Amino acid sequence: MSRRPHHREWVLGGLVLSLMLLIGVRAPVFLSWESLDALLTDVSILTMMALAQMLVILTRGIDLSVASNLALSGMVVALLGKAAPDLPLLVLIALAVLNGAVLGIVNGGLIAGLGIPPIVVTLGTLSMFRGLIFVISGGEWISSHEMPAAFLDFPRERLLGLTHLAWLALLMLVLVHFLLKHSRIGRELYALGGNPKAAVYVGIPIARRQLFVYTFTGAVSGLCGYLWVARYAIAYTEIASGFELQVIAACVIGGVSIAGGIGSVAGCVLGALFLGVINNALPVINVSPFWQMAISGAVILAAVVVNSREEKQQGKRILPVSEAPHG
Amino acid sequence: MDKSVRPQDSARVIPDRLPLGLKEALLRWEVLLVVLLALVIAVNSSLSPYFLDLYNLADSTVNFSEKALIVLSMTLVILCRDIDLSVASIIALASVGVGLAHQAGVPGEVLPLVGIAIGLLAGALNGWIVTRFAVPSIVVTIGTMSLYRGIAYVVLGDEAFTRYPAEFLFWGQHYAFGLIPLEFLIFLGFALVFGLVLHGTVLGRHLYAIGNNPVAARFTGLPVDRYRLGLFMVSGFMSGIAAVLLTGRIGSTRPNIAMAWELEVVTVVVLGGVSIMGGSGTIPGVVLAVFLMGMVTFGLGLMNVPGIVMTIFIGGLLITSIALPLVVRRLTRS
Repeated sequence: MSRRPHHREWVLGGLVLSLMLLIGVRAPVFLSWESLDALLTDVSILTMMALAQMLVILTRGIDLSVASNLALSGMVVALLGKAAPDLPLLVLIALAVLNGAVLGIVNGGLIAGLGIPPIVVTLGTLSMFRGLIFVISGGEWISSHEMPAAFLDFPRERLLGLTHLAWLALLMLVLVHFLLKHSRIGRELYALGGNPKAAVYVGIPIARRQLFVYTFTGAVSGLCGYLWVARYAIAYTEIASGFELQVIAACVIGGVSIAGGIGSVAGCVLGALFLGVINNALPVINVSPFWQMAISGAVILAAVVVNSREEKQQGKRILPVSEAPHG
Repeated sequence: MDKSVRPQDSARVIPDRLPLGLKEALLRWEVLLVVLLALVIAVNSSLSPYFLDLYNLADSTVNFSEKALIVLSMTLVILCRDIDLSVASIIALASVGVGLAHQAGVPGEVLPLVGIAIGLLAGALNGWIVTRFAVPSIVVTIGTMSLYRGIAYVVLGDEAFTRYPAEFLFWGQHYAFGLIPLEFLIFLGFALVFGLVLHGTVLGRHLYAIGNNPVAARFTGLPVDRYRLGLFMVSGFMSGIAAVLLTGRIGSTRPNIAMAWELEVVTVVVLGGVSIMGGSGTIPGVVLAVFLMGMVTFGLGLMNVPGIVMTIFIGGLLITSIALPLVVRRLTRS
């Protein structure tokens, strides 16, 4: 971990805040309660997915199949909701989470059990899960009038002024924070990513921890699958296509190192918020939404370069040979 | 120092190449791919009478030739422990550049050069960021993937460039001898060049050295970062060529051109036996994987299997081909 663990998060937080103020100056409506509420609701799914992805990246892994998992789990519950409208909502949500977790176990089993590189496994399951959606749905669209009303309303219903979506994201934030800072498993994930060999020597069960993180991202993807389908009131083969890259981008912007072992909940959430602000602000300040992709690309590159400078200060360079005594 | 002991007298002679016995030769990845390919061809031709038709077969090559060009450069990039996820976005960017140049009145004969130059520049930017700031290429190219395609969207929005001149369309639509697509011949030519460079030159050995141990390679004096920068430029260059061929073949440019190709390209490279950890893999292997993938999709297409369902086969093929040898090894060891 960085020697100044909170430095980067403060900078990023300041950036997000000043960006929001800047946009607010040009279009005051952006800082209205309704707009901020919409922003919070919009970034909830991305935040949850990014937090789960961070656990995977901490262990030097990557899960490219999360968006396909989300879409497949979403389609499964949409079909279930259509076929059995009387099923209690809680059962449906539980099934979505379970479905996602099972898909996650497939990834985890192949990675932890057989030792296939995560990028290869999840690249394969990315295509397979996506293809399966077409198979189980027959290429059909499930639209809002085919889903039960309670199913559709849940993510947008409010509790103490905030939408359920926002509450779930906050809950996930607390959960992952507790896991990483106050549980043994969380500390082991940092150790595992920081130095896998040393982690073996101190007795960390690497395979089990890997299985855990991929199952966890799977379960979160499953939950988000239900939330996505219910929020946008539509399920079809292509939903959330390419979303995995946004999730990884949120992590990278938040300072999670793709080399493993470095990353914080605050950074990850701010990374997701940053992308959310850009996406929501463009229409408000009359910039064509076609700019969105190019801007997030530029932001990712900027974040990578800035983060690399901080990481480099820890003296990882091998050449030139004459090393400074203190980096 | 005891000068009388020459290396070859020592008990520990390290040969230049490991002796290749019959068993090792038969267990090579390429042999497995040949067997798989034969199997796919046999199954396909028994399922559809149209599969072994010479015209159909020749025509089916256009569906993978452009991707296959990028597979060649991606092989070298992955061999050196990097990855370039921006290749499909470079196609979009180069294609948009060609469209803009055409609108500005650049003659059709020069348009391919515009596309290739843009590809080269985009690749150079990737390589420069990766080597200058010492950051993982996967993150950098996820960023440029978004940036390059984003620029294509900014320029085009929901419009498209069409009406390219015949001199430009030629590259994507010409058939040599009225049978073999020019695109396929271009791919074969590049495959030969890449194979010769990787397996027959010192430069090729340098790439393996870098892929196996970049630090050791640096200590032996290889300009590792310069090689990596060069490979990203090669990757951009090949993507530029693919952009020219693809744009010529479909005759138009939309910002979503070649969407998600990067994942298919990486899949073929890994299927071809290139280790994602770097350091091993061969050009014949990936060329066989290109054919395998091409024949699988062509056969499924003849059976009217939708493209999205094919992705299940492709994903499954990728995982099983990697998992199977590992499972077998584990079973035989115990």
